[in-house]
Amino acid sequence: MIRSLGYVAGLCFCATGAAAQTPVLTIYTYDSFAAEWGPGPAVEKAFEAVCGCDLQFVSTGDGAALLARVQLEGARTDADVVLGLDTNLVARARATGLFAPHGVTTTLNLPVAWDDPVFLPFDWGYFAFVGNADAPQVHSFKELAASDIKVVIEDPRSSTPGLGLLLWVKEVYGDQAAQIWADLADNIVTVTPGWDEAYGLFLNGEADAVLSYTTSPAYHLIAENDASKVAWSFDEGHYMQVEVAAKVAGTDQPALADQFMAFLVSDGVQSVIPETNWMYPAVTPVAGLPDGFSGLVQPEQSLILSPDDAAAMAPAAIEEWRAALSR
Amino acid sequence: MRGWPGAVAAAAVAVLLFGPLLAVMARGGSMPGLTSADWAAVRFTVSQALVSAVFSLGLAVPVARALARQRFKGRGLLVTLLGAPFILPVIVAVFGLLAVFGRGGVVNNLLAAVGLPTLSIYGFWGVVLGHVFFNMPLATRFLLQGWLAIPAERFRLAESLRLPVFRVLEWPMLRSVGPGVFMVVFALCLTSFAVALTLGGGPGATTVELAIYQAMRFDFDLGKAAVLSLVQVGLTGMAAAAAGVLTVPEGFGAGLDRTVPRWGRSSRGLDVIVIALAALFLILPLGAVVVRGLSGLTGLPASVGWAALRSLMVALLAAGLTVALALPMALRSRGRWIGLLPLALSPLVLGTGVFLIAQPLVNPTRLALPVTVVLNALLCLPFAIRVLGPAVDGIEAGYGRLATSVGLTGWGRLRVLLLPRLRRQIGFVAGLAAALSMGDLGVITLFAGQDHATLPLVMYRLMGSYRTEAASGAALLLLALSLALFWVFDRGGRVDVDA
Repeated sequence: MIRSLGYVAGLCFCATGAAAQTPVLTIYTYDSFAAEWGPGPAVEKAFEAVCGCDLQFVSTGDGAALLARVQLEGARTDADVVLGLDTNLVARARATGLFAPHGVTTTLNLPVAWDDPVFLPFDWGYFAFVGNADAPQVHSFKELAASDIKVVIEDPRSSTPGLGLLLWVKEVYGDQAAQIWADLADNIVTVTPGWDEAYGLFLNGEADAVLSYTTSPAYHLIAENDASKVAWSFDEGHYMQVEVAAKVAGTDQPALADQFMAFLVSDGVQSVIPETNWMYPAVTPVAGLPDGFSGLVQPEQSLILSPDDAAAMAPAAIEEWRAALSR
Repeated sequence: MRGWPGAVAAAAVAVLLFGPLLAVMARGGSMPGLTSADWAAVRFTVSQALVSAVFSLGLAVPVARALARQRFKGRGLLVTLLGAPFILPVIVAVFGLLAVFGRGGVVNNLLAAVGLPTLSIYGFWGVVLGHVFFNMPLATRFLLQGWLAIPAERFRLAESLRLPVFRVLEWPMLRSVGPGVFMVVFALCLTSFAVALTLGGGPGATTVELAIYQAMRFDFDLGKAAVLSLVQVGLTGMAAAAAGVLTVPEGFGAGLDRTVPRWGRSSRGLDVIVIALAALFLILPLGAVVVRGLSGLTGLPASVGWAALRSLMVALLAAGLTVALALPMALRSRGRWIGLLPLALSPLVLGTGVFLIAQPLVNPTRLALPVTVVLNALLCLPFAIRVLGPAVDGIEAGYGRLATSVGLTGWGRLRVLLLPRLRRQIGFVAGLAAALSMGDLGVITLFAGQDHATLPLVMYRLMGSYRTEAASGAALLLLALSLALFWVFDRGGRVDVDA
């Protein structure tokens, strides 16, 4: 018994390591990108068809965990490309000095200007509260605070959507943000560590709405044929999340990494993003967006802070949020 | 017993624990002080842990007593189910709990049906309720072990002499076992993070563990994470010291290794009510997990099968390693406290430390599963020592002198005297370790690559990409496999013990 267990263990522990001849391009990303239902498998297949290489994903938790892992490894990292940091992590990522310019000149279709030489967007989305279509909706934070609608949000100290919401309120209300949070306190059922828990609580009926993305209803519409979820359109505008990739400066496969960065914004990748990552592609696919995306909320105003402003503002905004909601 | 293997095991555990912590400290460089927000987190952490531990233990005493006194159909199943909340991934158990106590849960539906105002679970008492759900069943299992360890002969004697059983037998047992159980539950609640935040209703319910998570993931301030980790170690250490002072060793003497079939027939009614309430508190949320999971079982991706196999392997190896570490440490009374330390250390800090140590030498992704096995065995050690330690002491107190006088030492003593009498405890420990490692989400997330996903990780990944139904299916599979493992080991330990 013990012997056969050890045999199985040996098999499973050491199964990686074959195929030493073909060059390996190692890409660090977050879990849901590399998942079999995410964009990962399609991206891997398409790139391997043109690169003559073996593309390997290494996935760790969410974007914040991804950056923490790269920071832990420092210059010794095996990663050639890091894919899936969001705008609010870019300043921290830049400060590590681990990343190199991408050199890609493809024109992007973002609602805001983006000309970062190092961090290349591959998809983006708007944060929004998502609720049920047959329930009351509100169209601003003030209206939400005045209502008795209950929402669940993510913690800005442990989740990127949570931090996005915080900066959204700060960008719209500035010095009044603390007051808005105090007014919102009785509307917030609870604060969860991450998006997964928050969305699960909403689906289980614990709240009327959840902080998610304007594209969330498209998932239910396309994958589940369920039109019962809607995103609330806020008159004040919607804060954006831009997801970026970057080439690791110390990569041992610079040519492959460059090739991959250009490939990332090509139609082969961009056309699979909407229905696998449920975000807007950074470059609109030749065939256009899927049907389910056409009816989504289109914010009149796109809000976003520059990575440096976001990094500078976050600590004080988190403390303001904590103080206002802890009362 | 001299016990050099115990000393070796204790030394290995100390290195495995403090090595990673030191690695995190060294990498962090400076050691920043605590902010007012951190102190608020410390205050909340300690107060909720104290209240949670008081309620968990207070409720576990009558439940364990009733279960020790009564024999009924399904008792074995209920005792096995007691392990369930504890071994579920936190978020699954929280969803189960909310199906009963949440906004649209059973309780609020009943209240609304009879025209009463509904209750909100979120807040301080929600955190306590969550922790009681996790820890009361565990405390019950520990106390039940205590009751079953009282020799049957003592009960018979007490009854025939018409002595108050509670005062002469049960209270001394509680004084000997209770403080340790209280300490374990308190320590578990100290390092809680997702339950506290999710059920706490807002940032007021911030625990030290969340602050560690933030320092690690969002600020990448390893020095801060190390400082907060030391705060946790200090708090757990104080709790352990207090438990040590409050513990009064029992002196029942030895019996013929038989458990008592039943005593105190007069108060059956009260026992039945207590057991029924505990069973409802346990079964309703678990039932919700099962019901939700059934529809998701068919939509599970193929990778779930491999992930389940990987998880089973991790669980079996971790169970073996836990027993291998805990048994020698339990045989030696000095240095046992080291085995309780893993309770205090954040798995995130531990994992990060191992990562820092391993990474210059080998690709950490390759180590994903071995590290998960070792760290989970380490994290199970406190429970194992808590169960095995007092049992060894009891056996040594009862038979030790006789065994020594006939020259029974070393391996022979272990084989003839100790192992046969520790079978029930070893089975329980192995079952708990296997089930706990099966549900691990703390250690594996840091190391796992594309090909090393375990079942809980796949469940979490499904949840993180809108696939709630499939995630519920995976959760049900996890619950079933963990419970089956737990049952097999626990059962194996109890086979013909009553003969």
